[in-house]
Amino acid sequence: MAAYLLKSKNLINHLKPRIGLFGSIVSDCSLSSCLTHYQKSKFDPNLRNPDEISRIKSTLFVPRRFESVRAEKQLSSHDVDDDEKENSQVLEFPIGKVTFSPEMKFEAESSEQCVPCYRILDDNGQPIAHSNFIELSEDVAVKMYINMLTLQIMDTTFYEAQRQGRISFYVTSTGEEAITVASAAALRIDDVIFPQYREPGVLLWRGFTLQQFTNQLFGNKDDYGKGRQMPVHIGTNKLNYFTVASTIATQIPHAVGAAYSLRMDKKNACAVTYFGDGGTSEGDFHAALNFAAVTESPVIFICRNNGWAISTPVSDQFRSDGVVVKGRAYGVRSIRVDGNDALAIYNAVSAARKMAIEEHKPVLLEALTYRVGHHTTSDDSTKYRPADEIEFWRTKRDPITRFRKWVQQNRWWSDEAESELRNNIRKQIVQAIQNAERLEKPSVTELFTDVYDALPLNLREQESSLRETVRRHPQDYPPDVPV
Amino acid sequence: MAAIFQGIGTTASLSTSNSFDSKRFQFPSRRSYLSERKGNLFVMRSEGRIIGGSKGRGTSPLVTSAVASKAESSSTSTASKPGHELLLFEALREGLEEEMIRDPTVCVMGEDVGHYGGSYKVTKGLAEKYGDLRVLDTPIAENSFTGMAIGAAMTGLRPVVEGMNMGFLLLAFNQISNNCGMLHYTSGGQFKIPVVIRGPGGVGRQLGAEHSQRLESYFQSIPGIQMVACSTPYNAKGLMKAAIRSENPVILFEHVLLYNLKERIPDEEYVLSLEEAEMVRPGEHVTILTYSRMRYHVMQAAKTLVNKGYDPEVIDIRSLKPFDLYTIGNSVKKTHRVLIVEECMRTGGIGASLTAAINENFHDYLDAPIVCLSSQDVPTPYAGTLEEWTVVQPAQIVTAVEQLCR
Repeated sequence: MAAYLLKSKNLINHLKPRIGLFGSIVSDCSLSSCLTHYQKSKFDPNLRNPDEISRIKSTLFVPRRFESVRAEKQLSSHDVDDDEKENSQVLEFPIGKVTFSPEMKFEAESSEQCVPCYRILDDNGQPIAHSNFIELSEDVAVKMYINMLTLQIMDTTFYEAQRQGRISFYVTSTGEEAITVASAAALRIDDVIFPQYREPGVLLWRGFTLQQFTNQLFGNKDDYGKGRQMPVHIGTNKLNYFTVASTIATQIPHAVGAAYSLRMDKKNACAVTYFGDGGTSEGDFHAALNFAAVTESPVIFICRNNGWAISTPVSDQFRSDGVVVKGRAYGVRSIRVDGNDALAIYNAVSAARKMAIEEHKPVLLEALTYRVGHHTTSDDSTKYRPADEIEFWRTKRDPITRFRKWVQQNRWWSDEAESELRNNIRKQIVQAIQNAERLEKPSVTELFTDVYDALPLNLREQESSLRETVRRHPQDYPPDVPV
Repeated sequence: MAAIFQGIGTTASLSTSNSFDSKRFQFPSRRSYLSERKGNLFVMRSEGRIIGGSKGRGTSPLVTSAVASKAESSSTSTASKPGHELLLFEALREGLEEEMIRDPTVCVMGEDVGHYGGSYKVTKGLAEKYGDLRVLDTPIAENSFTGMAIGAAMTGLRPVVEGMNMGFLLLAFNQISNNCGMLHYTSGGQFKIPVVIRGPGGVGRQLGAEHSQRLESYFQSIPGIQMVACSTPYNAKGLMKAAIRSENPVILFEHVLLYNLKERIPDEEYVLSLEEAEMVRPGEHVTILTYSRMRYHVMQAAKTLVNKGYDPEVIDIRSLKPFDLYTIGNSVKKTHRVLIVEECMRTGGIGASLTAAINENFHDYLDAPIVCLSSQDVPTPYAGTLEEWTVVQPAQIVTAVEQLCR
C-alpha cells in the first residue's frame, strides 16, 4: 500500500485538491479500487461504479468510531527543514505522508511574535509609506464616512433615548463603526450577511433607513420583525441581512450553510458572518470553520475582536494569539487587520471576497478594535474596566476621526459638510423617533402568526382564549395595542 | 456524544389512583416470552444480508396481517394492487429520492450519508446519483451541521438533516430550539426554514443508554417545529415526502428496529398529511393510542384481546406535534376509554402531553381515567433482559385493557 502511494506521485497530486472525508469502515475494498473510486468521486458524480458499492460489506452499526484507513492528504513538503530531510523517512498515515524525526520537539503553544496586523492609515489618517491598497473612489469614501458618522450619532441618540425610557434596550457599536461599514462597502448586495448583533453599520450601508431602524427599536407595526425580537436584533430579507438571534455564535454555522447553498446554485456571491472575540469560544465557531474548510464553502468569517465579552477580557477568553491563529488549525486562510482603519478593512474584505468566491475558500478575518461603549444598555462597563482606558480609545483611536482626516485630506470632505451632516442626522433621528412612537404596535394576532406557515388548531384556540381574556379584563391590557 | 437525560421524577400529569405503572406488571417468564416471539418471523431480504444496524437475534415482531389489513382499510386509500414491495428504509429512500428529483433544492446532510449511504442505508446510492454536494458528508458536529442546514434553508435550499441516531441531536438542541423553531417567527415571517430533521431513535437491541433516546419527549415543547413518527413503509414514504414539502421545520422520528419492515406500497405517487393520525384497527371498546414501534406491540396485544372478546380501536397517532385531536376525539367519543402506549419515559413524554390534551378536551366523554403505559424513568440498560423490561410489552397492554374495560 505504501509502495503504491510513494511511486505514484501523480496520483497523490491528483488527490491533493480533491480532499474530502472518507471516514467509513471499508473492510474488503482493495486499495486500488478504493483510490480509483475516490479519485472520481468527489466532484464527478457520474463516474462512480455501482459495483464498487456492492463489494463493500455493510458493517454493523458501531457507535461513532470511524477510522479512515486510506491516505488522504499529503502534507506540504516545505514545512520540513533541510536538516531533517537528511535524516528523515516518510511514514504513511491516514492524514498523509509525514516525515518523522528522532528528536522530541513540542510545537510551541504560541510563537514569539504576534501575527502582524494589516493597516494602511496611521493614527493620524495618513497612508503609511509602502502600503499597498486599492484606492477608494470619492463616492465610496464619502458614503463610507457618512454612514460611519450616521452610525455614531444614531448610537449616541438611541442610547440617550433608552436612558430616558423611550426605548427598552439598545446595543451600540461605538468604536467599531469602521469594521461594519467598510466591510459592507467591500461586499455586494447579493452577499448574505449573518450578523451577531453589533453590525447595524452593514444595514446602514445597504440602505436601511433611519425610520426603519427606529421602527424596529419601537417594535411598531412597521417593524419587519413584527415586534418579536429585541431592539437592534434586525433582519431584512430585502437586504440579505439575516435576523439576529441573541444566541452567541449560532449564526456562524448558518453562514456556512448559506455559502454551501450559494455554491450549489453557483452564484457569484459569498456568505459573511460577524462575531466577537467571545463568540470564538463557542463550539459552533470551531465546527463551522472546520466545516467551511472541508466543504470548501465561500464564506468570510469576520471576528470583531474588541477586547471584551461583556466583562470578560480576552486574556480570560483564550490564550492563543487572538483569533487569527485559529484559522490555521482548521485549514482556513486568515488575516489580522486593524479594525479601526476603514481603508484596511475595505481592502482586506475585498481580497477575501475574491478568494472566497473564486477559489471556494473560506477566509477568517480578525479585526482588532475596542468596544468603546458598554456591552448593551444593561451594562455599565466602568465597573470592570478603567474609565481612562475607555476614554483613550474613544478619543485617540476613534476610527471615524481617523478616516475623516484621510477623506478631508483628499478634499472630499469639509468641516461645513461635517456640521451640516451632524445636524441633519440628529434631526432625522428625532423625527424618526416621533414617527415611530406614534405608530401602533402589531396587533395581538401577530403573537400567533409565523410560528408555522399556517395557524394550527392549538394556536387558534390559544388565540381565542387570549382574546377572551382581553375582552374580560380590558383595564389590564395596554390601550395602544390593537386587538 | 449524546448526554444521558436524567428524569426529574417530579409530578406527572397523569391521574395517580388507577394508573397502571408498567413496573407493577412483572415481566412474564422468559420461556413464555420466547414462545410468543417465535411465531413472528422477522422478514429480511432474500440474500439474508442484514441491512441496517440492528444487532442481536432479530428485530421487532412484524404482525404482517395487521399491516396488510391497514393498507386495505386505511382512510387514505391506496391505489389498487399491484404496487411494489420494499423495506421501510427503502421506502424512506424512495420518498427522499422522488423529492430530490422533483425539487433540485432538496439536499441531504449528515454524518456518513454520502458514500457510506447512511448508517441505516436510507441514503444509499444517492451520493452517486446526485453528487457529493447534494448529499453532503459532514464532520461530527451536530449543532453545527444542523445550524448549517438552517442557514442553507434560509437561503433557499430544502435540506434533510440526518442524525445518525436521534440521541445525537441533543447536541443540536440549541440550533433546533433557538434558531430552527424561532427564526421564522422572530424575523417576522421573512425567512422560512423548511428543513427536515430525521433519524432513528427509540430503544433498539442493546444499543446502550446513549443510543436509546426518545427525543420526541424533549423536543415536543419547542414552538415552531412539527414532529411526526413513521411506523410502516407506507407512511414512512408519505411522511418523508410531506415533511420535505412542508414550509415548516419538521422532525421525522424513525425507529431503529423498524427499518426492515416489508410492505407493498403503491406505485403511484402519494403524500400523506403531517397532521393526521392513522386508524389502524377500528373498534368499539377502547381507544388505544400509540406510535412508532409500540404500534406493533399494540397490534400483537390486539390479537390476544380479540380472542378474549374485546374490540380495541387502535390509532397510530403519527403526528406528535400537533396531535390530531380530531381523529382522537372522535374515537374517544365512541369508546369512552383511552389507553396510551408509548416508548417514552413516564415523565414528560408524549403520553403525558397526550393525556393532558385528551383530559382537557374530552373529559366529559371518558368513562375511566386515561391509562398511559410508558417506559420507566431509567436510562436504557445494555443487558438484554433489563432492556426488554423497560419497553412496554404486549402482555402489559392486554392486562391494561382488561382492567380498563372492567
